[in-house]
Amino acid sequence: MTEPLLKVRGLTKHFPVRDGFRAGGAVRAVDGLDFDVRPGETLGLVGESGCGKTTTGRMLVRLLDSTSGSIEFAGRDITHARRGELRPLRQDLQIIFQDPYASLNPRHTVGRIVAMPLQVNGINPPGGTKKRVQELLELVGLNPEHYNRYPHEFSGGQRQRIGIARALALRPKLIVADEPVSALDVSIQAQVINLLRDLQRDLDLAFVFIAHDLAVVRHFCHRVAVMYLGKIVEIGDRNDIYQHPQHPYTRALLSAIPDVTTLGPAGRIRLAGDVPTPLSPPSGCRFRTRCWKAQDHCATEEPALITRDGGRQLTACHFPETGTISQDSGPAGATAEEVSK
Amino acid sequence: MSLSPVEGVALAEIESTGGPEEKGLVGRSPGQLVWSRLRRDRTAMVSGIVLAVLILAALAAPLISRLYGASPSQQFGDLLDATGMPLGYVGGVSGDHWFGLEPGLGRDIFIRMIYGIRTSLLIALGAAVVTTTIGVVLGIVAGYLGGVVDAVIGWFTDVALAMPFLVFALAVVPTFSLRFYGPRDAIPTWFAVTTLIVVFAAFGWTGTARLVRGQVVSLREREFVEAARASGAGLGHMLFRQLLPNIWAPILVAFSLAVPSYVTGEAALSFLGVGLPESVPSFGRMIYRSIDYLQTDPAYVFFPGIAIFALVLAFNLFGDALRDALDPKSSR
Amino acid sequence: MVRFLLKRLLLAVSVLLAVSVVSFLMFFALPRDPVTGMCPKNCNAERLERVRTELGLNDPKPQQYVNYMKGIFVGRDLGSAQGGKCEAPCLGYSYVNSEAVSDTFARVLPVTLNIVLPAAVLWLAIGVGLGMISALRRGSLLDRISIGLTLTFASLQLYFVGAVLLLIFVYSLKILPTPRYTPIFENPAEWARGLVLAWVTLALLFSAIYARLSRAQMLETLSEDFVRTARAKGVAKRKVYGRHALRAAITPIVTIAGIDVGAALGGTVITETTFGIQGLGRTAVEAVRQGDLPTIMATVLISALFVVVANIVVDLLYAYIDPRVRLG
Repeated sequence: MTEPLLKVRGLTKHFPVRDGFRAGGAVRAVDGLDFDVRPGETLGLVGESGCGKTTTGRMLVRLLDSTSGSIEFAGRDITHARRGELRPLRQDLQIIFQDPYASLNPRHTVGRIVAMPLQVNGINPPGGTKKRVQELLELVGLNPEHYNRYPHEFSGGQRQRIGIARALALRPKLIVADEPVSALDVSIQAQVINLLRDLQRDLDLAFVFIAHDLAVVRHFCHRVAVMYLGKIVEIGDRNDIYQHPQHPYTRALLSAIPDVTTLGPAGRIRLAGDVPTPLSPPSGCRFRTRCWKAQDHCATEEPALITRDGGRQLTACHFPETGTISQDSGPAGATAEEVSK
Repeated sequence: MSLSPVEGVALAEIESTGGPEEKGLVGRSPGQLVWSRLRRDRTAMVSGIVLAVLILAALAAPLISRLYGASPSQQFGDLLDATGMPLGYVGGVSGDHWFGLEPGLGRDIFIRMIYGIRTSLLIALGAAVVTTTIGVVLGIVAGYLGGVVDAVIGWFTDVALAMPFLVFALAVVPTFSLRFYGPRDAIPTWFAVTTLIVVFAAFGWTGTARLVRGQVVSLREREFVEAARASGAGLGHMLFRQLLPNIWAPILVAFSLAVPSYVTGEAALSFLGVGLPESVPSFGRMIYRSIDYLQTDPAYVFFPGIAIFALVLAFNLFGDALRDALDPKSSR
Repeated sequence: MVRFLLKRLLLAVSVLLAVSVVSFLMFFALPRDPVTGMCPKNCNAERLERVRTELGLNDPKPQQYVNYMKGIFVGRDLGSAQGGKCEAPCLGYSYVNSEAVSDTFARVLPVTLNIVLPAAVLWLAIGVGLGMISALRRGSLLDRISIGLTLTFASLQLYFVGAVLLLIFVYSLKILPTPRYTPIFENPAEWARGLVLAWVTLALLFSAIYARLSRAQMLETLSEDFVRTARAKGVAKRKVYGRHALRAAITPIVTIAGIDVGAALGGTVITETTFGIQGLGRTAVEAVRQGDLPTIMATVLISALFVVVANIVVDLLYAYIDPRVRLG
């Protein structure tokens, strides 16, 4: 097995909540994540809104500082690296944002937007910046002649392509894609996903793909990590997760994909109640307040993320599920958000 | 400081309508859109032309002076009567002296006004450039960095705002001169002009700083800002390449409305007798002197009063039109 | 709420302290010789030196500042030449006026308040009224005239308007006396006749500001979703507009009232000078011309106090109108 490109250990982010002069508690947005991403591999990070997946993505590219834990990239610890030290790594580690309308500077031309990473890192590509930018535009399926246009002249899908071109400008090894398609129309989503997949194959990119859309994740990712309230509850290869989900929460998420017809005895699982506040998450297993299998044991002891009952993936549950879910997945559209509705 | 009431209001209007958002025709940059909108606006064109004429007149003052045949310090004593009042009607208006003569010294009012525009614009533009620069830098830094920096800059803003501008300026300008010149020395013009600009700068930056800070705070969390950070952009790039281009619109409006407020401010200080030395032609000085002749020679009050009004109005109208052009949502 | 108030007060005190330090530096430390121009016409070196000693100008600067601040809070002894014991809000002694500065202010402050307060009532009523009507009738002839007028008036200069009014009503038509201050309880008619020009001058300019701001605020409120929803639901126009108009009217007043205190003070400086009324503003101008440092310093401090207090009142009003402020 190859050495992981990205190695995350015990990654934690707490947002302190201040109440006037008193220091209050903290929102435990991300609470101890461990995962690896190997070169050229795609890891899907799924979960409901507020489970900490976006926070995780921002910490990976150091837009946010972690509270504790470590991030190791290409063998180097970048958890506390300063801007100057980060600079060489920036080129290998880029991010694509969710909102194609907010992620492009409205006052810059497309050329300037895509050239920005080159400019701030003082890179002068062979043949000049303009040539490189036009190559990039072509690479993501845009007309290189649109170099001098402004973002408002483009559609949402095209804007997202511009954002992708910008992320590619430095020839990164890993891209954190923070819900890159969830703001787009379904028809456009497929195009952008296909573009990402082509790029991944051609450029041997690794992705951390953050999404709440399980169908999209299945389409795109080699491995999947399911997050709940700041923790990974299950992580493993795509087929293991989608066919033999062991964590009840994963099961519930999968059951919400509309076209999965053969679910076994349980049918569609409806989770009761709301996600508890990350200010004071439940003791023991965090999912227990909404879990139909919860027992006293779950409140006292937190389940470790280990292989269980012959499964190949890691699961954090005292009472893992067994059983297979049928192969064919539904079309795009089932989302983790729907589960809680 | 709110020297010019219009400034604050127009800025409040800009703030309330949120950031400018261009959704224009394909193929035109935001700047071109604004320009075409401005060209269609009759008020903007008229006030713009008036401003251009006034600025040209100020620049070409020596030339005008030669063509017109009078210099600002030239005294036409022979056209005054025994009590020092100008002969003829309406304060001595004639073909040679379009706006008449000053009572007492007998200087030509028209050419003094041309030079007065020059003084006013020089000080106003200078002060506006300085205050806008300070305001933009402090505002953008406070807004982007937040936290302690923001609090400290905010505190300085509070202090500057708490000092009543006119009273303070009134008191500081003479003390300032006294520091470097004796009470009976002649104060050079450049020093008086610099003092005024410094005093305006000390107070005038607060408005722009607050405005810019507010705009930056709303932009700070936008993803394009994060994208630049994720690419390793430094503070300078973040502030001046990413953020600044997005807040040009309100800054431009603030600038165009700051200019008339300094014209007013300079005139007010001159009117109170602490602005520029008597030898320098200035609107405020003229009006200050003229108040004594209110009953005997009203034309002397009238001409400079109307001229400064026209100058300020033209700036205000233009600033207003500019705001409409930059932020179409706020108008009509 | 208590915490909010406390924080606000602390901030205000620190701002006032800063103002006092800056003014002190400006007026007492910056000039080469603060006494210059402070002593009456015929003064020689010996007399200058005496004034210096009496004012304590030979002490180290920090000591001077401490003494000055002490005078304000607990009073101080100024020596026999300056009228001896100076009671608690002691702002020093003016050689020019030959009286304690606080006595001067006790005399001129009411004059200024009598100019500003009625004028403020006038400009608020006219300004806010005009602004709201033109917002409700947006695009109408009335609206367009109002926009033009307000921009015009806002571009006018106080001293010019004052001069023109003076020329018309006092010198030409002779229907008003030369502006002067008569206490209202002495003779209300004379009080009004003596000050009406000052009120009108200030009101013309300031109502223009308020009209523009109220119009903008009102339009903003009217375009908000909840207003549209209410209208769509069929709530009577009068009721919707009435309720929201009220809030829209209050907000601009509160917004600029605090900042405006400074502008209004500046306004009275010019108005009083134009009309020759002896209030705070004219006193300040005269003090500046005569180099009367204790009076200048006191004027700045008192004005700053007004601005800071006004800002606290504004904050409290805001907290009252908008509950989000209290939590923030």
